[in-house]
Amino acid sequence: MQDADLSGFVWLPLDTWIVVTGILGGMSCALLGSFLVLRKMSMLGDAISHGVLPGLAAAFLLTGSRESWAMLAGAGLAGLLVALLAQWIHRAGKLEAGAALGVVFTVLFAGGLILIRQSADQVDLDPDCVLYGAIELVPLDQVELGGWQVPRAALFNGAVWLVNLLFVLLLYKELKISAFDPALATTLGINAALMHYLLMTLVAITTVAVFESVGSVLVVAMLIVPPATARLLTDRLPVMLVIGLLLAGLSALVGHVAAITFPTWLGLRGVSTSTAGMMAAVAGLWFALAMLAAPRQGVFTRLLHQGRLALRITGENLLGALYRLQEIDARPSPAGLGTLRAATGTGPGLARLAMWRLRRAGLVAEQGGGYRLTAAGRAAAGNIVRSHRLWETYLGEHLDLPADHLHLPAERLEHVTTAGLQRRLAESVEHPPRDPHGQPIPPADG
Amino acid sequence: MTVLTGKLGLWSCLAAAQEPAPAAFWRILMLRDHNTRVVALGVGCLGLAAGMIGCFLLLRRRALLADALSHATLPGLGLAFILLAGLGGTGKWLPGLLAGAAVSAGLGILCILAILRLTRIQEDAALGVVLSVFFGLGIALAGLIQNLGRGQAAGLTSFIYGKTASMLLSDALAMAAVAGLTGAICAALFKEFMLVCFDPGYARSRGWPVLALDLLMMVLASVVIVIGLQAVGLVLVVALLIIPPAAARFWTQRLPVMFAISAGLGAWGCLVGAGLSAALPRWPSGGIIVVVSGGLFAISLLLGPAGGLLARAMARRRLGRKVARQHLLRALYELTETPPAMQPDKARPKPIRFEQLLGARSWSPARLRRLLATARRAGWVEGPDSDDRWTLTVGGLQAAWQVTRNHRLWELYLIAHADIAPSHVDRDADQVEHVLEPELIARLESELSVRYPELARPPSPHALQVEPADAGDPIETRTCKTPT
Amino acid sequence: MEYEPSSDQFRTAELGRFPVRHPAATGAEHPPQSPLSVHDLTVAYHRKPVLWDVDFDLPEGKLVGLIGPNGAGKSTLLKAIVGLIPAASGRVTIYGKPYRQQRHLVAYVPQRESVDWEFPVSVLDVVAMGCYGRIGWFKPVRRVHKQAARAALEQVGMQELAGRQISQLSGGQQQRVFLARALAQGARLYLMDEPFAGVDAASEKAIVEILHMLRRSGETVLVVHHDLQTVREYFDYVLLLNMRVVAQGATEAVFTVENLRKTYGGRLTLLEEAAQAMSRPEGAT
Repeated sequence: MQDADLSGFVWLPLDTWIVVTGILGGMSCALLGSFLVLRKMSMLGDAISHGVLPGLAAAFLLTGSRESWAMLAGAGLAGLLVALLAQWIHRAGKLEAGAALGVVFTVLFAGGLILIRQSADQVDLDPDCVLYGAIELVPLDQVELGGWQVPRAALFNGAVWLVNLLFVLLLYKELKISAFDPALATTLGINAALMHYLLMTLVAITTVAVFESVGSVLVVAMLIVPPATARLLTDRLPVMLVIGLLLAGLSALVGHVAAITFPTWLGLRGVSTSTAGMMAAVAGLWFALAMLAAPRQGVFTRLLHQGRLALRITGENLLGALYRLQEIDARPSPAGLGTLRAATGTGPGLARLAMWRLRRAGLVAEQGGGYRLTAAGRAAAGNIVRSHRLWETYLGEHLDLPADHLHLPAERLEHVTTAGLQRRLAESVEHPPRDPHGQPIPPADG
Repeated sequence: MTVLTGKLGLWSCLAAAQEPAPAAFWRILMLRDHNTRVVALGVGCLGLAAGMIGCFLLLRRRALLADALSHATLPGLGLAFILLAGLGGTGKWLPGLLAGAAVSAGLGILCILAILRLTRIQEDAALGVVLSVFFGLGIALAGLIQNLGRGQAAGLTSFIYGKTASMLLSDALAMAAVAGLTGAICAALFKEFMLVCFDPGYARSRGWPVLALDLLMMVLASVVIVIGLQAVGLVLVVALLIIPPAAARFWTQRLPVMFAISAGLGAWGCLVGAGLSAALPRWPSGGIIVVVSGGLFAISLLLGPAGGLLARAMARRRLGRKVARQHLLRALYELTETPPAMQPDKARPKPIRFEQLLGARSWSPARLRRLLATARRAGWVEGPDSDDRWTLTVGGLQAAWQVTRNHRLWELYLIAHADIAPSHVDRDADQVEHVLEPELIARLESELSVRYPELARPPSPHALQVEPADAGDPIETRTCKTPT
Repeated sequence: MEYEPSSDQFRTAELGRFPVRHPAATGAEHPPQSPLSVHDLTVAYHRKPVLWDVDFDLPEGKLVGLIGPNGAGKSTLLKAIVGLIPAASGRVTIYGKPYRQQRHLVAYVPQRESVDWEFPVSVLDVVAMGCYGRIGWFKPVRRVHKQAARAALEQVGMQELAGRQISQLSGGQQQRVFLARALAQGARLYLMDEPFAGVDAASEKAIVEILHMLRRSGETVLVVHHDLQTVREYFDYVLLLNMRVVAQGATEAVFTVENLRKTYGGRLTLLEEAAQAMSRPEGAT
């Protein structure tokens, strides 16, 4: 427990419970949401979370209480109704799927709003709660569990999470196949439609089960954003599921901390903001980070790779230019950067940077105002030129390209030729001594 | 937590307090109140604008984009509120708030485009991410505002649920302006929008700036969303953009008409909804408007002539009856022992016994009787005579010949071209000329004259009376049962 | 980021006796008035090169078949010509000028799946879209344009279907609507991507008749075609393509067993492997 030293940051036991409830709720959603995202049905999650409102209101009106089982049943039915009705309108009315969904959930939500207003006198149900929950109030309602005082919502979310976990573990194969290829699934005897509606029902139940703590908007955030982030970080389904869970939990933790501390950054003391909102915002933060910096997919990562690639290619071209100058004149004077740039068509900054790297790698030495190849450099350059001329031979032979069309493609191919590829290339053209232009092909180094 | 808004506006208070309900309805209908007129103008224009731009959104398959954008306005509203309050006002200056909402929606569009272009995330997930993250941010800001204790955060939540009750004249005029702007742009760029929605690849290859036009559509939608926030609220404004065009789809197959109907339905749904909401002041106005629009959609889905369920069912029934008639004629024709054309001296074809006819296809006796009765009324058969036999009339013979001939053409087509005919299977026989190319029919006819020479010529020297083909029948597909 | 060496001086050293063809040169070998001149076009699809230095000129007024195996880059070539896919290098000229300035002369007829056939438009509406370029921004479609559209429909033999909804058309009819749209555009070069896919033989013959009519009027038509049996019958000029141009010329001369073997026979595994390496963002090493 921190004390007031940290400019008013106070962490109470109830904060821990809030975080735990949020983590459990978030993880429940992320587990199911992974499959929604994979099946390109993310908006169906949003639709269901809006469409359960009339189900809830009807359950209240009928049972007159906020008893959990009635709520869950009403929500499950309403969620199923959204999915079924949207599908039916799409098929029977030949309306585009997104529009069918939009029609169904907005009308149902509107109906729910009306029902709630009607029942507002009888039952205390606040639609704002439905939208963004009241997670801050969670610790107020506690039950006894094995000698501990545990908030009811935390227990509930925990139970929901276990149910979802069981669902995913037991039906993992079926979910996986029907996500990727419903037609195949059907031919294998797995009822893809059944899996689909089972998933939708569970999404609806999860939505309502956690809405009290985190609200339906955060449910949508947790359904979609952590799985989407995980998708950017990995290609493998089990890893994606685990990462999704971790991110959901992390969002809950950091979200609550941020909710408490965020107002202080704006100079307000003793005030906190909506935890649910901050949890969603934090989840978005992870997504943005992944979008920029994911190991293979990230924007910055790709730019970095492209930059490195450009440097490597420029370096290899410079080596090749030096080698060729040496072919023309056996004892060449050191070539200036300007000459090399003109020979390879490189910009000044890139050329300078690439040359610096070559010098650092010991392939090129500076001498008398210019550059020359070292012994190691000559070997490396020879390798490049060998690849180039072998490719020219290959292209001339197999592609029947005319002689003046060989240089450009070979120019591209030489940079992606590994040692193994070069060996096979040489074999396929039977180790010629010269390329189609009559230039000698440098020997392979040992 | 905040209490649900929908606080009674001044107008509804007055109405409820002073007059009994039926008179209140009348006053509303007759637009007696200034406030009623204001609301009518405002929501009517909103519905008009939403119906117009929503039509193109639907055709561009971007219906749910409106959902994402409407949720994305919330952080802008919150920030604008904070800024305005910080600048020393109540924070509720509407143009400022709406500007904030617009900026936020614009950012949302950019984020969606960035996600689609820079990552492998699909469109549905991109929409979902932007929707939930932006909305979460907005909720966080709203929570902040609320805890600032200014007490006006309730005004912010009115953007979530909407309230038409306290619409000002300036609001209504703003909506009218937006409707005018939307209408003008849609009219000026109608063919460009249509082209981009129908075939964006072709448009791009012809040099049209597809991305710019797409962006313009999205910006127009955002403007309508922002302006509609106050009337029906954030969650439901998307309904106005989706439901009227979807409903209009069932009334026509022509785009300009669909556009007009969509705008009309949008305006009408809003007007009726707002009127009902005025008469029922304690009910959330946004909810009522959307439910009314939903009702219009349901009616269109069921009764719309161009693809509505009733129309489809009736077309299927008509087709079914027609096909049954044709089966009867063909059965009668095939059961005559020798082809009539070979017996020129026989004036009439020979009578067929009922039991024989019954065995020709899997009919129930009752159904066969009904079909025969219908055929007799149409003048194709005569009977039954004392032995329960039925006879084709002259006209019936000619019709039966044509039907049998067309059926054989279909059969030949399926035999020869079965692998490229899945969508052509089992149309009614008269559709042959309308579905297959004339060159193909010519080739099939030459095959026909080789295989079924008796069908090559009509059965009588008189001009053939053919059952007029119904070109307008919607095309149905069922598996074709080859006759025994 | 594509790397482009472009120095003449260096090239001369590399290539020795052979003349250098610099990409920016006007290209004396390309006849200036060729309807379609493709110069050293290299196209990468998702970074993987699929077309290598494609270079050809089409003669005017011919019906040209673009023949090659699946995945050989035929559709990619058409899309790169009309700018739907960016080219890594090379350029395209239409009657001597860059494609951008000559768009109105080129009609691209894509594969039929690219369009939503449930769209609420009639046949006439679609054909009139070919006139949009002439109509320009903001102006509506007038009667004179609709008449031009009807005339185009008559040329393809579909005039009585003008009012029909496109959702009620057969495959061959859909193809003819696209052709009519191209005709209404008033183009002189037609690029058609697999026009006979999913069309029955009789309709195919009818469409070929229309293409021959185009050729008789002096237009040039380039058709991506997949059926080797009908090449001799339909086309008087062929372009054999498999990642690069294998052969081009008059059908009798070029459509030989030898050339077909080169086009269809065997995979260039090493080249494919290298191309695959190029498509990985990290590079091969």
